[in-house]
Amino acid sequence: MRRIINYHPDRLTGLLLAMLPFVLLIAAYAVGSQARLAENADDKLMPAFATFVDAMSHLAFEPNRRTGEYVFWTDTLVSLQRLGLGLGISTLLCIVIGVPIGLIPYLQQFLNSFMAAFSLIPPLAVLPILFIIFGLGETSKIVLIVFGIAPFMIRDVTIAVTQIPREQLIKAQTLNASTWQMMTQIVFPQVLPRLYTGLRLGLGAAWLFLIAAEAIASEGGLGYRIFLVRRYLSMEIILPYVAWITFLAFAMDFALDRLSRWTCRWHHLAS
Amino acid sequence: MTEIVVKDLFKDYDRVPVLERVNLTLTDHEFCVVLGPSGAGKTTFLRLLLSQETPTRGSIEIDGRPIAPEPEADRGVVFQRYSVFPHKTVLHNVMIGPELTRSRFLGRLFGKARRELEEKARGLLGQVGLADAVDKYPVQLSGGMQQRLAIAQALIMEPKVLLLDEPFGALDQSTKKSMHGLILDLWRANRMIIIMVTHDIQEAFTLGTRVLMIDKVRHDPQAPEAYGSTITQHLRLDPQRKPSLGLAGAEESRTMQDIFRSWADRMGPAVVADPADEPPRQPELLCHAGE
Repeated sequence: MRRIINYHPDRLTGLLLAMLPFVLLIAAYAVGSQARLAENADDKLMPAFATFVDAMSHLAFEPNRRTGEYVFWTDTLVSLQRLGLGLGISTLLCIVIGVPIGLIPYLQQFLNSFMAAFSLIPPLAVLPILFIIFGLGETSKIVLIVFGIAPFMIRDVTIAVTQIPREQLIKAQTLNASTWQMMTQIVFPQVLPRLYTGLRLGLGAAWLFLIAAEAIASEGGLGYRIFLVRRYLSMEIILPYVAWITFLAFAMDFALDRLSRWTCRWHHLAS
Repeated sequence: MTEIVVKDLFKDYDRVPVLERVNLTLTDHEFCVVLGPSGAGKTTFLRLLLSQETPTRGSIEIDGRPIAPEPEADRGVVFQRYSVFPHKTVLHNVMIGPELTRSRFLGRLFGKARRELEEKARGLLGQVGLADAVDKYPVQLSGGMQQRLAIAQALIMEPKVLLLDEPFGALDQSTKKSMHGLILDLWRANRMIIIMVTHDIQEAFTLGTRVLMIDKVRHDPQAPEAYGSTITQHLRLDPQRKPSLGLAGAEESRTMQDIFRSWADRMGPAVVADPADEPPRQPELLCHAGE
């Protein structure tokens, strides 16, 4: 009998093991749902799978009678657009602010403590301010996402820059590099993997702020829909939406990991 | 013809003197090795030469002109670690210097200029024995190969002075030996001045045309930080393998082995396993080409 840490599953067993929790969860739901529905056919809390399919095909494949839109896809598109803009702007800020702060001592002294304090402001607490300044439209939701994730991403990039060995920057200078060249050729490519990691970690928070903003004031979006149908206890819509949001988040995380492997091959060689 | 003159150099850190009264003149094609116990200020001396630090007093001149207050391409460098860029391939690591020099905005050359540079870089990589590794990333190379790459990367800039900060300190003995051969070949071929810091006394005597010992002359047991280090011994190794021209005149009459032994004592037992070992001296490097 070996110690348990020395047993490794083979490929197939590993795959089955990884799928098992999902299967168990679905099975548990099916059993629970059936039991409740057997007792009360009008139970709204745990709808049967057929009800999900019904409700979702209605939202996804039939145009809305009033607006003519396919509600599910419009919601998805609107939410992804807000999320994408929020993440994109945050990434851009990271690059144009985070890299120089980490590299230029004067800038670091000037902005480091400020950024540290700024990143501690609870974003949801300033949401009313954003609504007052930017109105209830798209801008305030995107700004909320940026406000929520950019400061800590910038700090992370700044720290990554300061962790680049001093020797490399000295060496670069002996190779005639200007500050601009050091930023673009030496520093930025080396913090890029860290930026991807920051984005992946920020994804969860970005979704949180998106759904919060959509729940409070919006005319569409995945978060908006969930909070709208909550009034009718429409679990048959809420649960698939939650699953869909989870899937989107997972897909984005996966895509970012792939992108990192593809664009920063050198970084992933070591591990 | 390159000449380095270090005049009356002092360096304090927060009023604690590290180096004091360092004077040194190196003329064309010298291989100067700086020895000293840990903490004596060897690396500080190298950093001053590199302009990574500024001297508290005194001056460093290359060819009669004070060195720039920041690192420049006239002084190449190889550190013990982190000298190469992990995100660039071996070939690109060598090409990067000229690319940065000639393309100020993009840092990238295109077309004919790029092909010519690539040719040059490949040639240089061949010289350091990395011809088969051009497309690898530094993380895929062994420690010795990374240092070869760092040397090629510095050499393509054709520096007047090459500064080496314990470049072989992290390598095993056999790799070290082959690196010694390589650096001597390159030093002869490129006719530059090399200044190398090491704590390996055998290495110093193997490579150097000059060997310096940096150490504290005055020592106050009540205040061990009161005085800085300076050049306490200064050997010129000549073709007849007799040391001459020490700062301390008494060195003249002694044999190499005596000196080696006494220096090894100064460096402490951790540095040389057996100070009685004859200093290994490769015959071909005893002759200064053309002198």
